[in-house]
Amino acid sequence: MAVTDAPRIVTSRLAYDDSHTLERYLATGGYEGLRKALTMTPEAVAAEVDAVSLLGRGGAGFPAGRKWSMLRKAPTSYLVVNGDESEPATFKDHLLVERDPHQLVEGVLIACYALQVTTAFIYIRGEFALGLERVTGALNDAYGHGAVGRDIFGSGFSIDVVVHPGAGAYICGEETALLESLEGKRGFPRIKPPYFPAAIGLYGEPTVVNNVETLSNLPWVLVNGAAAFTALGEGRSTGTRLFALAGHVRNPGVYEVEMVKTTFRDLIHAPVLGGGIPGGRELKAFIPGGASAPWFGPDQVDLPLGQDEVGAAGSMLGSGSVVVMDDATCVVRAAWRITRFFWRESCGQCTPCREGSGWLEKILRRIEDGEGRHGDLDLLMDISDNLAPGVSWPPQQTTICVLGPSIPSSIASAIRMFRDEFLVHIKDGACPFGSAPHG
Amino acid sequence: MTQAHLAPEVMARAREIVALYPHPRSALIPLCHLAQEHDGWLRPEAMVEIAELVGITPAEVLGTATFYDMLHTDEVGRYVVTVCTNIACMLRGAYELLEHAEQSLGIRTGSTSADGSFTLEDAECLADCGRAPCLQVNHRFFGDVTHEDFDRIVDDLRAGRLADEVPPHGTLVRVRRDGGLRVDAETVGSERRATAAAMAERAAGTESKGAG
Repeated sequence: MAVTDAPRIVTSRLAYDDSHTLERYLATGGYEGLRKALTMTPEAVAAEVDAVSLLGRGGAGFPAGRKWSMLRKAPTSYLVVNGDESEPATFKDHLLVERDPHQLVEGVLIACYALQVTTAFIYIRGEFALGLERVTGALNDAYGHGAVGRDIFGSGFSIDVVVHPGAGAYICGEETALLESLEGKRGFPRIKPPYFPAAIGLYGEPTVVNNVETLSNLPWVLVNGAAAFTALGEGRSTGTRLFALAGHVRNPGVYEVEMVKTTFRDLIHAPVLGGGIPGGRELKAFIPGGASAPWFGPDQVDLPLGQDEVGAAGSMLGSGSVVVMDDATCVVRAAWRITRFFWRESCGQCTPCREGSGWLEKILRRIEDGEGRHGDLDLLMDISDNLAPGVSWPPQQTTICVLGPSIPSSIASAIRMFRDEFLVHIKDGACPFGSAPHG
Repeated sequence: MTQAHLAPEVMARAREIVALYPHPRSALIPLCHLAQEHDGWLRPEAMVEIAELVGITPAEVLGTATFYDMLHTDEVGRYVVTVCTNIACMLRGAYELLEHAEQSLGIRTGSTSADGSFTLEDAECLADCGRAPCLQVNHRFFGDVTHEDFDRIVDDLRAGRLADEVPPHGTLVRVRRDGGLRVDAETVGSERRATAAAMAERAAGTESKGAG
């Protein structure tokens, strides 16, 4: 097992019950990164972040430094934090906002200083009521501490930060939908181009949107320097990363591990991480990076947790969520549930997604219910082809955002890996794993 | 002018929230949460007042609110129980839990008990998959929920034993922001102009270097 002794960058305080308080934060080096940043020029701070090649931790994996540099060609108006974590089985930002809200606030302030932005909005998923309370409380304390507001820490730089609650809509994690939502509208993704809010963002003004985990790395980077960060991981995947491990493992949870040096096998089986599959069961399949990601089987379990490595193997590291399915799992039911999710969360703007998601869901459901028809697999692939031509990876776009074209991933994976299991459902007119309730 | 529906202190808080944003409409979702805290759900009378506060029509408030799962434009129970049934929870018995919840509460998913105490919903991923199956009551988390746990939670709610943990439906954030914005618009404007000027100067310098 290769569980490295890499330092904990974003979860260093979680051993303390009071990790969310200003007292604990200050006692553990809190706001030192911001103090250091304020002694540097904004360009130098941005260069430091660029140097660590911090890949965005939201799902798309775009380098944070490059996102910033697009902005620094024109004055930025707003920083918006994407804390709308709703990707199935992704629960790392949930942990960060509840357990270390000051770390997020400090990351936001460092980013604002680097970008010379004086207004930031932290958009947090509405269902995270405790997280909203914790970040609001941390912000109140940070204002009192002089870290936010006018002339922070006597630097002459001023900034306001506003915590904004969402209200329950997966699509608002898509950054242009998030901006629409923050403008008080339905969370409809915006038509591209422009591809990046750097050009036209909040209220039409240049905006940077960064994920909670991405920003939570910044205090450590400023204190310890870019070299310490890039010493961890390998290639483009530097540093550590949070992986949310769920499903059939003994110890589901969020684990911070060194990128690339750690494999899926380590994550699933290491005693200090997932602890293996319970009940004497075997691994059947796993989803390596959120509901949109093509599935992997036992053959790919030794792949390293690196963005490029997983990409080259035909899937993605995505949001850092790994869902493990044991050999008693019905893959038709699993694919159906993921498809049902997309159907419920489609915003409805684009026909292929709005209609296609519902059709796919109905067909998968009837197969699971033992009412599948001869030719249903071809029909599933045909509809999938309309959503994402060629059903290739990464998917081709037919819609305004990536939600629709992501739908076929789980279906295509399940059919490719377990075609016979689908056929048995149809031939026998019943689920071989027995009928389980499904709402 | 219609008679005021939202209480004066709620209106005062609503105005404070509007003042946090460069454009009033941005306050729409926070104000909808505030109205739900007042009424338990989003009443038409409240939507009329929200519309006035943010400068749009009541129909636009309704049209926006119906997009979001947490905003209820129909009356809901005092406790809204949302059972996550997405993949991670499903793999650990979420639908069996939901079925038990229906039997235990005597209602179907998507409906409210006759006494107005409970509304039962099935939810998409609530992001507590480390403790699957999970559920929320009024957006407070309960994890690793067994059928026995579920019955205990319901009993405790009925008996008022969870009053501290689970506020009435609609109360989202019990921690309030201290004060409004500290940086005035003039400072923001002048800092932005200074940044723009500095950037233009650097760009001009680069260009002339490039031309030379």
